Amino acid sequence: MPDAANTRPAAGADGTPAVEVRDLVKRYGRTTAVDGLTLSCARGRVTAILGPNGAGKTSTIEICEGFRHADRGDVRVLGLPPSDRSLKARVGVMLQSGGVPPAMRAGEWLRLMARFHAQPLDPAALLDRLGLTEHARTPYRRLSGGQQQRLSLAGAIVGRPELVFLDEPTAGLDPQARYACWDVVTGLREAGVSVVLTTHYMDEAEKLADQVIIIDHGRVVAAGTPATLTGAERQLRFRARPGLNLDELLSALPEGSAAKESPAGHYIIEGQVAPGLLATVTAWCASEGVTAEDLSIERRTLEDVFLELTGRELR
Amino acid sequence: MTTTLDFAPRPGAAPLPRMVLAQAGAEMRAMLRNGEQLLLTLIIPVLLLVGFSRAPLINVSGARVDFVTPGVLALAVMSTAFTGQAIATGFERRYGVLKRLGASPLSRPGLLLAKTAAVLGVEVIQVAVISAVALAMGWSPHGNPLWIALLIVLGTAAFSGLGLLIAGTLRAEATLAAANLVYLVLLGLGGVVFPVASFPEGVRPILELLPITALTNGMRSVLASGGGFPAGPVLVLLAWAVVTLAVASRTFRWE
Ligand SMILES: Nc1ncnc2c1ncn2[C@@H]1O[C@H](COP(=O)(O)OP(=O)(O)O)[C@@H](O)[C@H]1O
Ligand SMILES: [Mg+2]
Repeated sequence: MPDAANTRPAAGADGTPAVEVRDLVKRYGRTTAVDGLTLSCARGRVTAILGPNGAGKTSTIEICEGFRHADRGDVRVLGLPPSDRSLKARVGVMLQSGGVPPAMRAGEWLRLMARFHAQPLDPAALLDRLGLTEHARTPYRRLSGGQQQRLSLAGAIVGRPELVFLDEPTAGLDPQARYACWDVVTGLREAGVSVVLTTHYMDEAEKLADQVIIIDHGRVVAAGTPATLTGAERQLRFRARPGLNLDELLSALPEGSAAKESPAGHYIIEGQVAPGLLATVTAWCASEGVTAEDLSIERRTLEDVFLELTGRELR
Repeated sequence: MTTTLDFAPRPGAAPLPRMVLAQAGAEMRAMLRNGEQLLLTLIIPVLLLVGFSRAPLINVSGARVDFVTPGVLALAVMSTAFTGQAIATGFERRYGVLKRLGASPLSRPGLLLAKTAAVLGVEVIQVAVISAVALAMGWSPHGNPLWIALLIVLGTAAFSGLGLLIAGTLRAEATLAAANLVYLVLLGLGGVVFPVASFPEGVRPILELLPITALTNGMRSVLASGGGFPAGPVLVLLAWAVVTLAVASRTFRWE
C-alpha cells in the first residue's frame, strides 16, 4: 500500500470532497433534528461525526445515503446529489441497526451482497478478518449484537466502495469487536477509501478520525482535527486536600495560567506547561504542607471540549 | 485475522441479470427453509387435496380428485404469491431489509423482478408436487397447458399486487394477521374445495369477481372439462393485477 495517507489529495479528480453538506435542515413534525448543518468530509480521510444521542447524526447520514429527504439545504456525495443511482455501487452503507433477514446465514448474506458488485472482496476472507468465520453458517438472529454489527460492517465494504458511511459502527461492542472494527477502518483509510462514521465515543473519534465534527441539537458546534480541537494546551492535574488557597500558586505561575479546583480535592492548572511548572507546583504543595497525588500532565480530551462548548456531558 | 485484503476502491455494479438471479435464489431458499411457509405452500394444499379427494365431504359430478386438484393448484398460487409474500415482505420492511437493499446496486424494479422469479420458482415446485400426488390418486387432467400457465402467471400477478399492497402499508404484525385472514376467507369462498354453486344464488356473482374464484374457475374449466381459452377468469385476474399493482406501487413504503 503506498503511504499516501498524508499526500493524497483531499478532493476527488473532479475537485469535490467526499461529502459536502450545506445549510441542511431536517424536521419531523415539530422536532427540528438537523438545524442548518454545514460540513465537508475530505476524500481518502476518516471523518467522525461526534455527538450525543439525538444530536441528528443518523438523520444527517441517512440524508447523505439517500434514505431521507432534506427539508432544506444542499447535499453532494462524491459531487453528486444523494439520489443519483450511480452512487449505489460506489458508496457502502452500514445502518445503525438491522438490514439483514433474521433467518439468513451470515456467510450467505455477505455472499449475496458481494454478488451485487463487479469486483467484490472475497466474502470468506472478509468474514475471517472480522472474526466471523465460525459464524458463517449461523442465522443472523442468533448472532450476538457485536457479531451482527461486524457483519453489517462487512456488508458495507464487500463491494470495494470509494466511500463508506458507518452509523455508530461500534455502539455497544465489546473491546475486542471494537478493535476489529477500528482495524478495518484504519485499513480502509490506508487504501484510500473515504470513511464517514458517526459515534458518541470520544476516544473513538480521537483515535480514528482525521477530522472530527462535533454536533449538538442538529448544529455543528466545532470541527477540526482531534489535535486542533483539543488544542496544544495541556493541563496539569493533581489531587490533594480540598480547599487549598490557589492565589499564591497563581502568582508564582506564568502569565495566562489558570488554576481551579473541580471537583473538591481535584486541582487543574491550565496554560503553558513549561518545564518549570512541575517544580513550581510541587514547591507550592510543600509550602502548603500537602502531598500532591496522581499528578499528571495531559492534553484536553474531546470530552472536555464538548463540555466547554455545550455545558453538558457527552453521554 | 491474518488474511490480507485489498480494500483499494474498485466500485462497480454487477450486471442486472446476475443481481436478480442472486436475489431470487436467496428469496427462494428463504421460502423453502421457513417451516410456516412450507406448511402454507405445500403441506396444507396436499392435505386438502388428499382429504377432499378421499372423504365424501363434497358433492360433485365426476371423480372428486378431478374437481379438487384445480382448486388446490389455485390455492397453492394464492398461498405463495399472496399470503407468503405479504408476510415475508412485511417483516423485511420491519427489519430494514428492504431499506438496506435500497442502498445496494440492485434497483427496485430489479428487486421486484427477483421476488416474482422466486415466487414462480416456488410455484413450479408446488405444481410438481401437487400434480404428482393427484396423479397417484387417479387424477386425469385435460385441456391446453398454455392456458394453465397463463392463468398461473396472471394469478401470481394479481395476488402479488394484493400482497404487496398490504405489506407496503400495514405494520408487519397487522400484515401477518390480515394475510392469514384474507387467505382463510378466500379459501372458504373461492370454490377451492367447496363449489361456488353451493352458495346462495344472490352472492355468486360477487364471488365470481374474487381473484381466487376466477383462478379456481379458470383452472377447473380447462383441467376438468378441457375447456378453451378461459376469457372471463383471465379478464378478472388481469383487472385485479393492474389495479393492485398500480396502487401498491404508489402506496408502498420501503421503510
Ligand atoms: N423518523 C423519525 N421520526 C420522528 N423523529 C425522529 C425520527 N428520526 C429521528 N427523530 C428525532 O430527531 C432527533 C435526531 O435523531 P437522530 O438523527 O436519530 O440523532 P442521533 O443519530 O444523533 O441519535 C431526535 O430527537 C429523534 O427523536
Ligand atoms: Mg443515530
